[in-house]
Amino acid sequence: MTKINLNSTWEFAPSLESTDHINLKKQYELFIGGKWVKPSSGKYFDTVNPATEEKLAAIAEANDKDVDKAVKAARKAYNEVWSKMPASERGKYIYRIARLIQERAREFAVIETLDGGKPIREARDIDVPLAAAHFFYYAGWADKLNYAFPNRNPMPLGVAGQIVPWNFPLLMVAWKIAPALATGNTVVLKPAETTPLTALKLAEIIQEAGLPDGVVNIITGAGVTGAAIVNHEDIDKIAFTGSTGVGKIIQNAIAGTNKKATLELGGKAANIIFEDAALDQAVEGIINGIYFNQGHVCCAGSRLFVQESVYDLVMRKLKDRMASLVVGNPLDKNTDIGAINSKEQLNTINKYLKIGKAEGAEMYQTDCSLPKKGYWCKPTLFTGVSQSNRIVQEEIFGPVLAVQTFRTVAEVIEKANNTPYGLSAGVWTDKGAKLFNMTSQLKAGVIWGNTFNKFDPSSPFGGFKESGFGREGGLHGLKAYLKVKGS
Amino acid sequence: MSNKKVILDYNATPVIDQVGVLDRIDRITSRSLKKDAKMHGLKLALSMIDLTTLEGADTDKKVIQLCNKAMHLHDAMPGLPTVAAVCVYPNFVETAKKTLKGTKIKVASVATAFPSGQSSREIKLLDTKLAVDNGADEVDMVISRGRFHEGDYSFVFDEIAAIKEACGKARLKVILETGELGTFDKVRRASDIAIYAGADFIKTSTGKISPAATLPVTSVMLEAIKDYYYKTGIQVGMKPAGGISNAKLALQYLLLVKETLGDAWLTNEWFRFGASSLANDVLMQIVKQTTGIYQSKDYFSKD
Repeated sequence: MTKINLNSTWEFAPSLESTDHINLKKQYELFIGGKWVKPSSGKYFDTVNPATEEKLAAIAEANDKDVDKAVKAARKAYNEVWSKMPASERGKYIYRIARLIQERAREFAVIETLDGGKPIREARDIDVPLAAAHFFYYAGWADKLNYAFPNRNPMPLGVAGQIVPWNFPLLMVAWKIAPALATGNTVVLKPAETTPLTALKLAEIIQEAGLPDGVVNIITGAGVTGAAIVNHEDIDKIAFTGSTGVGKIIQNAIAGTNKKATLELGGKAANIIFEDAALDQAVEGIINGIYFNQGHVCCAGSRLFVQESVYDLVMRKLKDRMASLVVGNPLDKNTDIGAINSKEQLNTINKYLKIGKAEGAEMYQTDCSLPKKGYWCKPTLFTGVSQSNRIVQEEIFGPVLAVQTFRTVAEVIEKANNTPYGLSAGVWTDKGAKLFNMTSQLKAGVIWGNTFNKFDPSSPFGGFKESGFGREGGLHGLKAYLKVKGS
Repeated sequence: MSNKKVILDYNATPVIDQVGVLDRIDRITSRSLKKDAKMHGLKLALSMIDLTTLEGADTDKKVIQLCNKAMHLHDAMPGLPTVAAVCVYPNFVETAKKTLKGTKIKVASVATAFPSGQSSREIKLLDTKLAVDNGADEVDMVISRGRFHEGDYSFVFDEIAAIKEACGKARLKVILETGELGTFDKVRRASDIAIYAGADFIKTSTGKISPAATLPVTSVMLEAIKDYYYKTGIQVGMKPAGGISNAKLALQYLLLVKETLGDAWLTNEWFRFGASSLANDVLMQIVKQTTGIYQSKDYFSKD
């Protein structure tokens, strides 16, 4: 067969985003009641750069006592200031936070890349601008809640406990904080233990914005700290983004309490390519679907379904496109795939690569060199798999694609829905009617038509089945933080 | 090269999704070229330029001046490549050939009632013959866009095939005039027609219509070239023309070629820029890369 060699001898020279403009402290305390407070345990843990394994900063570890302190500060701020403030005033603070993020966008992008391993291109062009956009969007709603829910007397819930994951550290903080503040709630938020830095930088912005003390409290720690938030009796609402396993524990823990919850959990999205699709662009969508953010995306298109008549063609095009993906230093502006977020996650991914091979699937990886230090995984795809394979059933959360074929619409709908998850899906076809038929039958919270992994603050996001419940973004995202008459 | 017969079904040309094409181009334009990689790209771009003059006011003396520029891009800096070709109207081919004698610079001639293509087959063949008889190494033809819009694809195909035959040894570049086609779907169909009818190169534009070349249109055309290569093993060249006036944009085109077709197309045998003012901007960047200092535009000759 004719081959095209895409391993060009014209290689990129290093093009590194500079880090000399960023301002990181050696040690971060807890942000409680508008002040930086030492943890009562006196304990700190390290956050490291996954691309170099070097320590970036020491981070305070919050225990029960610290969580209690933070919840008390949030309750006080809610009772005394935030719930009484005119909504238009609340909106001004949120606008101010949005603008400050924009002003310091470059610093945020670099720190996000250092702490999490994601390519600077994504942190700069996606994470940080979208985070600012979420604050702008919800700032606008703050004084218009009666128009969002007419005649239903929307009221805040109180104190929200929010726990965010490590894949989009700042963006997930924005998804959580912006609607909570716009609706008049106060917040105790915990970023993930491997990526706490941008949330702590946001605390600096919150101070700078003059937000009343205690309206937003940011405390750091691992699962134990998260559990203390979930179990605190004076929390009115839990908003969690993370694994389905932890989501189930949270739902158990809050059963029988008055706590409301939104859970945004795992996924194993079907990305479906029909023979009539624009195939070159579908390939671009497959790439965006699974290799965006090293595949550390709950809505990643990790199960690819290709109609049999175009299978060979799509695989050829996909492998060609994969050849131009640059894996390496996340700070390099040409990097497409950065570092795996942590050693633990790399072990999980490698475990699944082994499982895939042991199950008899054929593994394909691009021919690229990896840095010696740090945590890395080449862009990977598995062919010769079926719904019966574990790598098709379980969320890997890495740059690993499982490819299956199908023959008919009915067959692919059955297979796409044959999963405990239901967060997202993608459909590629040139026929509008086919697209809408598919979207009405797929059981997933977000379905993209002829695109993938596109986000906008006005668009609700959330899952079916074990991918969780509740919606973030848009009007739906407001409702998750309000008592609304008649529901 | 295989002997497999490949037949084009005009109604089965691949569909193109505009949003996806733009997504792909976003990835290209966010690439960053520094140091050696940038220098390599700049020199490559310089060597791929078809230095062009296609004006009603063209004269022999103007064409001679342009040829001099082609041969002496910036003699103050030794070791630079020359441009690939000079592109003129058929009646100036002889002058250009004479002036460029002894160099490797090719002479390309537009033909077939350029730029509109509104004439008879007979006239178009004569126009082509004039260019070839005068010694043109390459012929840049235009397709019949009116017939294409009418859906008369066979006419367009046959016309290209006839011109190709009339070209003899000269290489044929087929101008689709993408700015008049309207959609990426049509760009892809026109690309396939031109390629299957025997084009050695497909080219975006005459330079007389806006928009001329763009990165998205070029991406669609490169994918057509690639699909054909996979089917037949036959290489077809690409020439974006018009609107590419600065080095940064030229480098983005080259990166698109690199990531779509690889090194085999990164030579002036298979990729060209149709441009009149690009060369000086590329030269200015090369001097800047070498000396660290931007020089005044007045240090670069204008012909």
